[in-house]
Amino acid sequence: MSCSCHDQDPLIPQIAVIKEVRVDTHDVTTFKIVDSFGKKPFEFLPGQCAMISIPPIGEAIFSITSSPTQEEYIECSIKKCGTVTDYLHELEPGSEVGVRGPYGNNFPVEDLKNKDLLFIGGGIGLAPLRSVINYVMDNREDFGVVDIVYGARTPGDLVHSNDIFDVWPKEKETAVHLTVDNVSKNWNGHVGFVPNFVKTLNFDNNKIALVCGPPIMIKYTLQALEEMGFKKEQVYTTLELKMKCGIGKCGRCNIGDKYVCKDGPVFRCDEITELPNEY
Amino acid sequence: MKKILKTKLPELWQKISTDFDLFLPIEKNKTLNFSLWKDGEKVNLDKVRTTTSSKHLVFPQTETYLKFKNQNNKLSLKAVKAIGDEYVIFGVRPCDVKSFKLLDNIFLREPVDTYYREHRDRGTIISLACTNPEDTCFCSSFGIDASSAPLGADVAAWDVGDSYIWKPQSEKGQKLMDSTKELFTDIDEKDIQNLEKEKSNIQEKLEDLPFNNIDLSKIKGTQQEIFDKEEIWNEFSERCLACGTCSYLCPTCHCYDLQDYKGNNHGEKFRCWDSCMSSDFTLMAHGNPRTTQMQRLRQRFMHKLVYYPKNHKGDYSCVGCGRCVDRCPVHIDIVKIIKKLGGENNEL
Repeated sequence: MSCSCHDQDPLIPQIAVIKEVRVDTHDVTTFKIVDSFGKKPFEFLPGQCAMISIPPIGEAIFSITSSPTQEEYIECSIKKCGTVTDYLHELEPGSEVGVRGPYGNNFPVEDLKNKDLLFIGGGIGLAPLRSVINYVMDNREDFGVVDIVYGARTPGDLVHSNDIFDVWPKEKETAVHLTVDNVSKNWNGHVGFVPNFVKTLNFDNNKIALVCGPPIMIKYTLQALEEMGFKKEQVYTTLELKMKCGIGKCGRCNIGDKYVCKDGPVFRCDEITELPNEY
Repeated sequence: MKKILKTKLPELWQKISTDFDLFLPIEKNKTLNFSLWKDGEKVNLDKVRTTTSSKHLVFPQTETYLKFKNQNNKLSLKAVKAIGDEYVIFGVRPCDVKSFKLLDNIFLREPVDTYYREHRDRGTIISLACTNPEDTCFCSSFGIDASSAPLGADVAAWDVGDSYIWKPQSEKGQKLMDSTKELFTDIDEKDIQNLEKEKSNIQEKLEDLPFNNIDLSKIKGTQQEIFDKEEIWNEFSERCLACGTCSYLCPTCHCYDLQDYKGNNHGEKFRCWDSCMSSDFTLMAHGNPRTTQMQRLRQRFMHKLVYYPKNHKGDYSCVGCGRCVDRCPVHIDIVKIIKKLGGENNEL
């Protein structure tokens, strides 16, 4: 983990500009962010986070949804669910915000090389997974078969629809499996919760699974994977707790002896079983 | 080692304060705290425990780190440097000296908190052995010797009756002593004897303290097993008022919040002490992982007695200063918790 602002305190943000705003769903918007010179604000690895601030509204941490291979900008897909995010959703291209990062650890992309990968996302949980998926797609020869399972409450809640419908399914040895919780007139696909859907897909348990979504979805998905014969060492997930400093000092996001902002947000599931159940 | 007569102290304070901000235990409104010394202040070096610790010198209770203007979503940001002149603090007890080391473990690890480092670097710490330890002191449980020269003090000092003996322990400490040498005299054999006598007096008093028998090694079990002792955590938390006094007085508590202060189109971002005892500490947009006071109280003590030691080579995040024991309005104290976790069936 490092801070891009070398001589400055890691709490100090740099000015960044919202370059583009793309409305994904009624409550999720993807923001393309550049620094004040129009460049990518900092380098990062898939799974890492950025702290975005709008003084004096506040500051919040978001996972980065673009791939590190994207050299021009970073993207964050943000769900409207609190003070900072409500305000962010009001911003237009050209607006300036504070940004600092990257924070947290990353999905171990080096260790995933030559392996078959199973991505399982729920709702806005696709955001950090998309960073890894696009990284994998940009280095496609380095990885095996890729399956992407993604679910949302309704078809209208599926984020990054261009990727899931038009881009990823066309990639070599890549399949996208979609589900929604509620039936809708314009939906011919699968209906049902992600954990059950995963079980019906009968995947070989020799893959590495990367899971991200709401806590309840993660919990039942991990159970489903276990039933399918996946070992905890084969599964990675992300945890979320209120993070303020982002650098493991302010003490808000610890689970047991781990700080989610520093030791996480990515955890291998055998690490999670050692943590007190406080997340 | 040198010594200075107590009658020379006013002169010493004058001399030091011409070059440094001088912080001493000063009595105001019946409380004793480390405050900036000015001529005429009532210094009390006899009472062992100040109400608050000296933590605020390196980790201020509130600190602005950024000034901003935000007009029509056009932003200007200006980092605010840590402020303050070089300072000397005299009278820090060995437990509070150790607390600086425990804070260093957090703030000086990568990425370094530059504000903390700045405050730390500009200070010269002079410790003072505890001639009169209080009944609620239990520093020895954490391997701290209240009669000794603690590691981390630039100068160690002892009260030997009519004078103080000073022993420099760092370059900074030596420099300070060199600059005030006209007020000090050399020590002789008699002074050495006095110093040894003072040390053994303190040792005797420490052995007689009611909490001298706290044995942390009795806390056995895995992290999960200690966490799961809900009966114990419930028992204590039932009367917790969540006032946070324990956290604010604690020399090792380091949790903080980041907040924005708003003016007209401009403002400041600052950080301030916070407490895991309060219900909004971990409150998120989608809920709170710790919804009960039991969970919050458990978090504080698990952090001090289990998580911190796991991350820092066995060091506990407590120095046995006894402030929380003394000041908790409902007498939930860490000593009782340690005993209970250690299997003792003591009364609450």
